[in-house]
Amino acid sequence: MAKTVVLNRKPLSFSERTYLPQIVTGLKTTFSNMFKPKVTLQYPEEKPVIPNNYRGVPTLVKDPNGREKCVSCQLCEFVCPPKAIRITPGSVPEDQNDREHVEKAPQEFEINMLRCIYCGYCEEVCPEEAIFLQDVYSSSGFTREEMVNNKAKLYELGGTMPDRHYKWDKKKNAESAGNSH
Amino acid sequence: MISPEKEEFVVITLNGTEVEVPNGINAVEAAALHGKEVPHYCYHPKLSIAGNCRMCLVEMGTPMRDRATGEPILEDNGGPKIGWVPKPVIGCATNVSPGMHIRTESDLVNECREGIMEFLLVNHPLDCPICDQAGECRLQEFATDYGRGYSRYIERKNVKPKRTRLGPRVTLDDERCILCSRCIRFSQEVAKDDVLGFVDRGSFSTLTCFPGKELANNYSLNTVDICPVGALTSTDFRFKMRVWFLKESKSICSESSSGCNTLVSSREGVIQRITPRRNDLVNDTWMTDSGRELYKSVQSEDRIRRPSADGSDLPLEDAISRAFETLKEKKLGLVANCRSTLEEQFLTQRLAELTDAKVFIRGHFGEDDGILLSADRTPNLRGALVAGLTNQYPAEHLNELNQSISDGEIDALLVIGEDLLESGITQENLDKISLVFMGTTQNSSSSSANVVLPGLSVFEKSGSFINRSFLLQCFDQAIPGPAGLLSECKILSKLVNLFSNETKVLSELHDVWQAMSSMEDSVLSGIEFSEIKKGAVQLDGSKWKHLSFVEKEALHHKPMDLITA
Amino acid sequence: MMDWIPQGLWFEVCLKVFFAFMMVGAVMTMAGYSVLAERKVSAWMQGRVGPNRTVLPFFEYIPIFGPLLKKLGIFQPLADGLKFLFKEEIVPGHVNKLYYYLAPLIALVPALTTMTVLPFGQIYWNDGTVSTLALADLEVGILFVFAVSSLGVYGIALAGWSSNSKYSFLGGIRSSAQMISYELAMGLSLLPVFLWVCAPGVTESGLSLSAIANSQAGGPWLFLVQPLSALIFLIALFAETNRLPFDMPESETDLVGGFHTEYGSFKFGIFFVAEYAHIVIGSAIFTVIFLGGWHFLPFMNDPWPSNWIGSLLGVGWFLAKTIFLIFFFIWIRWTLPRFRYDQVMHLGWSKLLPLALANLIVYLLIVTAIDQSTSANF
Repeated sequence: MAKTVVLNRKPLSFSERTYLPQIVTGLKTTFSNMFKPKVTLQYPEEKPVIPNNYRGVPTLVKDPNGREKCVSCQLCEFVCPPKAIRITPGSVPEDQNDREHVEKAPQEFEINMLRCIYCGYCEEVCPEEAIFLQDVYSSSGFTREEMVNNKAKLYELGGTMPDRHYKWDKKKNAESAGNSH
Repeated sequence: MISPEKEEFVVITLNGTEVEVPNGINAVEAAALHGKEVPHYCYHPKLSIAGNCRMCLVEMGTPMRDRATGEPILEDNGGPKIGWVPKPVIGCATNVSPGMHIRTESDLVNECREGIMEFLLVNHPLDCPICDQAGECRLQEFATDYGRGYSRYIERKNVKPKRTRLGPRVTLDDERCILCSRCIRFSQEVAKDDVLGFVDRGSFSTLTCFPGKELANNYSLNTVDICPVGALTSTDFRFKMRVWFLKESKSICSESSSGCNTLVSSREGVIQRITPRRNDLVNDTWMTDSGRELYKSVQSEDRIRRPSADGSDLPLEDAISRAFETLKEKKLGLVANCRSTLEEQFLTQRLAELTDAKVFIRGHFGEDDGILLSADRTPNLRGALVAGLTNQYPAEHLNELNQSISDGEIDALLVIGEDLLESGITQENLDKISLVFMGTTQNSSSSSANVVLPGLSVFEKSGSFINRSFLLQCFDQAIPGPAGLLSECKILSKLVNLFSNETKVLSELHDVWQAMSSMEDSVLSGIEFSEIKKGAVQLDGSKWKHLSFVEKEALHHKPMDLITA
Repeated sequence: MMDWIPQGLWFEVCLKVFFAFMMVGAVMTMAGYSVLAERKVSAWMQGRVGPNRTVLPFFEYIPIFGPLLKKLGIFQPLADGLKFLFKEEIVPGHVNKLYYYLAPLIALVPALTTMTVLPFGQIYWNDGTVSTLALADLEVGILFVFAVSSLGVYGIALAGWSSNSKYSFLGGIRSSAQMISYELAMGLSLLPVFLWVCAPGVTESGLSLSAIANSQAGGPWLFLVQPLSALIFLIALFAETNRLPFDMPESETDLVGGFHTEYGSFKFGIFFVAEYAHIVIGSAIFTVIFLGGWHFLPFMNDPWPSNWIGSLLGVGWFLAKTIFLIFFFIWIRWTLPRFRYDQVMHLGWSKLLPLALANLIVYLLIVTAIDQSTSANF
């Protein structure tokens, strides 16, 4: 059982009641602070180090072979809380050899950065690991239209990311291994 | 499903509780009636039983009886001893009988479902991100509800062709097929166009069309609807929109007088697809392919989007008063329409009575396929009869009107939707009269009209139709109409107000219905608006028995002379 | 040295006006740079850098010196001032226009007027006479300072009242209450000082500020002789200048902006300058009375020669002390938390006032005793 300890507050001494020694201590503290190293980051010249799990501007990425990863499943559009994402789905032409099994790809992919709240749900929900919130943290524009990132802009911002699965390539290999018709 | 013949009820024991179900229905339906879901793929209430997916396995048993005496054998606690069938049985092919015991939630059943799911998923591709069925896929639903949650399969999956064209409107993705054969049975039994079958064996089994044939009948898209997975996809809807974005509204197909119940799926005011809605009195769970394409007219090029008078646009209010100016104190004729809703036809009749106008109405006819596409290609011809617009069966042409214009008996005409040149009116006569046109699409009437009042399509307004069996069904607005436009109902009631010099507003549907149901001597008298909102209402059509309706006997429809005979 | 100056009255007036402008210029500049100091010192104490971006054209290209000035933010006050000038003049619709416009002026004028009697150095004439550097070295200098500087509260109270806003109004009310409470303690705290300075045996006497400063030459500074007086005066000075921890009129935390909530652009700038002018003048007066004015260190004679160089060094020394006090104001601001309003009143009436009275009585007795003993010696 917890024991209750009654602490009696000591009456303040005279010097304590004048508060002057304490004020002097405080003055010492603030004065010594003046000579400590500064923490300010001179922003436009110095850039902060962006940690790996930073949630910056959402971007679309390509796989190491330069192929579009997004298949326009529209889950990000669905999950997006502020409804910032707008996808126009489209299909991959049948004769595109490197993406035979994918069939589907976005015709247009727009993220309205005036609406985006950087929550990262889109990255979390993406089954193809095609959308990432990367290290871009500053986006600005003069018009509302400029703040809507279209597909080309998103791929430009996103670049290439390593792929752990090559899901669709596995399918292609399985097919060429010959268990199909 | 519950067939109407089997009204007799039996008592069975479902998961330990005694429940009453209609005699002869199967275990899946019996469980569904009491809120227990038995997952199934190949079973479809409107098709024959195939029993090949094995997903609906349940435990079944009957009370044991002594072979010699026929006395029931009792447990120690006095209850009857149940002889459980040692292995589970498929629910879809097990019809209930008195005293039967069914378990849908036992460990054995759960284990069976888990095993079946695992087998079904062995060769199923991880396609959900690009699969149009995602969101309404039974495989997804049951894998989360009854599956084991992870895969033990490490071998290479089967790869099958992905974009097989089965017909002009249906594309097959072989990999996703779970061989339930619903589509095959549908083609054989409902569409009566036997073109589909399985070829090859084991995990190489593939759905295909018979050589030299294709799935081209007018019901082919129903196979897409009943496909429990994403194997059969609509070529029109393929990759267009994910189903979870779609807002579904109850509607009625306006293609023909069969009155198919439909669901109109739209996103942000744009219709994406039309699918059938189950109604066992009208269309079961089917509809025609041609009916599914009607939504394209909403966005068509020749849609009338702005009111105009003498070729110049003007606000709708002004256009309505211009129409009144054009028509008043003239020898007025009125061309009504069998495609208008019942409410609009009623208001048209009101207008005709007020202005002493002569009413003309024409029919549109085509081939009857004996299923859901009837010979009468208007959804509401019987509505025109009920509203009192005509006593005769409408003919294809309006020769009488042509004659009246030639004779000078009519010098002003209000046309609702119809194309006058096509209806047999000569161009010379058209030029003679002042013409007000109200409709959704441009045609010869609109181009020679003095005032054009744009209307709304069937998807943009609410109303009701009376189908070939005199079933009164209402439909809801699915999408908003073009900005600034009003429904025909509102325009007509404004015209009625202008002609009657009153300010009585009949613009809302329930106001119109109040007026309609308070009419004496009508088959509609006493029918409440709320009543038709709930479901179809059967009207008494015997008053028009003498008319020669063109519809043949078809799904859930018997011509009236056959009923009485 | 200065015998070429014609003795015409007209010329004298012109000279006075010229000196006045010089003085105003100097005080205003110091006020401006106090703002910079405030920003810089705050930044340093909080581990930041402070304003370091403003630079005039071409200055940047001067090697070493240019970037250094830029880094110190030397041009920032100029930019701040221009900003106030070019901002849009917004006058809320609900204010009493006449008093609303008048208030910033009334706040600024007393702050600048007090400096007329402020001595800031000595000038050594060729004939060996020494005169005080001040616009007007009044015999009753300290009374003038008290009389005029207290008028500054009218500006604040007027601003609070004419703004017709509850925040401004509360700010104004608090300000006048605070002013009355601390004015008493301030005056009482100075009485022993003058008693001490005017004691028999001291050659220079009177209420003149220069006399007080000179009385400390070569002897102890008065804050060593009268530490309690110095402390009370300093605390009251903080309260009179509305500095933290006594920022009742502004009270950013509970009154938005206090009396100047409804003010913007240049009118706000005037309040701002007035506040810092108060600080500058206050620091200078404290230096004159308690820190030996322009004289070197306590118990030491001025080490500089008795010519114009000495004058300059004296003025420089005076400025250094004043600047240290300004720094002290800022230093306190970032050390002590602000008082609650009732604590301010409590401190003023039931702590400082009795203390000042007791202090007066004690020194009355001491000074009387010393007087008695010294007069006995005479």
